[in-house]
Amino acid sequence: MKGMSLIVRTITTVMIGFIFVYGIYIILHGHLTPGGGFAGGVIVAGAFILRILAFGSEPGGEKKSEIRASIFESVGALLFIGIALAGMVVAGTFFLNFLPKGIAFNLYSAGIIPFCNIAIGIKVGAGLFSIFLALAAVKYVVKD
Amino acid sequence: MTFIPLFFAIPLAAAFIIPILGKIAKSVIWIFVTLVSFALFVLALYGTAVTQQFPMIVYKMGNWPPPLGIVMAFDSLSAFMVLVISILVFAGSIFSLRYISHYTGQWKFYTLYMLITAGMMGISITGDLFNMFVFLEIAAISSYALVAFGVGAEELEASFKYMVMGEVGGLTFLLSIALLYAKTSTLNLADMANVLQVVGQTPFFWLVLGMMLLAFSIKAAFVPFHSWLPDAHPAAPAPISSLLSGIFIKVLGMYTTARLVFNVFGLNRANAPVFFNVLIGIGLLSIAFAGITALSQKDYKRLLGYSSVSQVGYIMLGLGIGNYYGVAGAIFYILAHALGKGLLFLTSGSVVNATGTRDITKLAGLGEHMSTTAWSFRLGSLSLIGLPPLVGFFAKYLIILGALKAGFWWLAIVAIALSVLTLGYLLKIENNVFMKKGRTKASKAPFTMRIAMVFLVVLIVLLGIGFQQIIDFLVGPAANALLRGVEYANLVFGSVGVSF
Repeated sequence: MKGMSLIVRTITTVMIGFIFVYGIYIILHGHLTPGGGFAGGVIVAGAFILRILAFGSEPGGEKKSEIRASIFESVGALLFIGIALAGMVVAGTFFLNFLPKGIAFNLYSAGIIPFCNIAIGIKVGAGLFSIFLALAAVKYVVKD
Repeated sequence: MTFIPLFFAIPLAAAFIIPILGKIAKSVIWIFVTLVSFALFVLALYGTAVTQQFPMIVYKMGNWPPPLGIVMAFDSLSAFMVLVISILVFAGSIFSLRYISHYTGQWKFYTLYMLITAGMMGISITGDLFNMFVFLEIAAISSYALVAFGVGAEELEASFKYMVMGEVGGLTFLLSIALLYAKTSTLNLADMANVLQVVGQTPFFWLVLGMMLLAFSIKAAFVPFHSWLPDAHPAAPAPISSLLSGIFIKVLGMYTTARLVFNVFGLNRANAPVFFNVLIGIGLLSIAFAGITALSQKDYKRLLGYSSVSQVGYIMLGLGIGNYYGVAGAIFYILAHALGKGLLFLTSGSVVNATGTRDITKLAGLGEHMSTTAWSFRLGSLSLIGLPPLVGFFAKYLIILGALKAGFWWLAIVAIALSVLTLGYLLKIENNVFMKKGRTKASKAPFTMRIAMVFLVVLIVLLGIGFQQIIDFLVGPAANALLRGVEYANLVFGSVGVSF
């Protein structure tokens, strides 16, 4: 895929870090503020998509990135199921919130919920990014 | 004992391990999937054994009590469905090794295969309406992708058609859930059953029930809504056709209908005779129309697809009769048809794998050369037609017995008469593919394919001979689980304290 103009690339360079950090903030504060793993994951994926759109990628590069993204996607899903199964192993109930709950509205609170959010964030971010890459790769093939 | 969430947790976890295995060790994927399917089979057998002692096991997800949290309500009917699913998943996974080897991206196939398994397992054991919808969509979306797995023009068209129809069904179900939630303020099936008893049979009640019946009729492919199935099931790879026709349409269409009508809406033949007559009507229409259409088909798998539409009608017929024998017959028929049609679709896969064509007019004389496939086909079709002592006979016998006990002697005669159609279209395949003189160029079926087919043949014969045990331990308790009606709610809330 071809990149875009110098203006777009420069603004992207400035903005991409902020977008990325904002996405991670949404994921990590999912148990306190609106948003969470899904919304944050979408924003993180947005940062990656923006990078590809602005700077482009070498021919066939989408395929390689997609393979990597799909590994991350599987890892996210496995983490989520792992957390659920950990509840079963530790305390005998699937999806039990077995970690200490802490003080409400503190960052370090809510037991397994932040970890679930992180797992969902990885899964959704990688998933959405690989959907984008799949569509981009298809367009590339059709152009050939 | 906390085995209940494992029914969907194991296949879900396996589904996400497979892509990683696909990157590092492709050759172990098949062994991994087969082991997982076998583990599910063993787990399902164990679950069936446990339900002999405990009629209802309630599992609280995250230890939240119902109706606040999501519960898994595992009773005899769930155990039965889970067992049938796991049998077909196991047979299909053995069969897949050589069948899928022609395709690229095999790990995608196995990932979707595990996801569809997780979805079906989840539907069978959940005790929460919205949870049921989520699992239904997991299974349905995986099935759209699996139907399109060959990515040829035919597969993509079939998958698109299936997806449009399937989503109309799925969204109708979602809308009816929303309406029910607005009225009852609960999504827990047991709690909803209690609230609906207070609401009574108002026009709203019938509207929601009608919408759900529409949704499940699309998912189970009853006749006005069947048009996607004869496209979609033949287009899928054979092990998937076997899974889709064998159990998928029954879990998404029949199990959900039965569970909601009997246990949640609390209907039975005594308090809603008109509704149950409608069910009988739907069943008869499917049996007759799809059966006649199947007679004129030339495509091996498409013929079997129409046959599935027709056979599912018998299950609806049994549910519509509504007495013990009718419902037990319907449940037995789920097992019999799953084994029979699952096996027939596997033989179709074996034939396609050997000859490369599905057109039965182009095939001839495979009976001598592919003897395992041919005899599997013969036993599978004899079971579907209803020849004693195979498993299909006893299922059909129970339905007809139910019709007689309920006083529908004409229905019994019609049901027997219509099973001649089954004989007709299956003989067409037998006659063209296996018996006809001539010799199509074909290689022998690979060993793993034969193992999978023989596994199902053995079950068809053994379960037919041991039908009394099947009725006593599997089908009878499952039928009673449905016929106990809204007593279901008391059982769920009553067994919450039990340490399962």
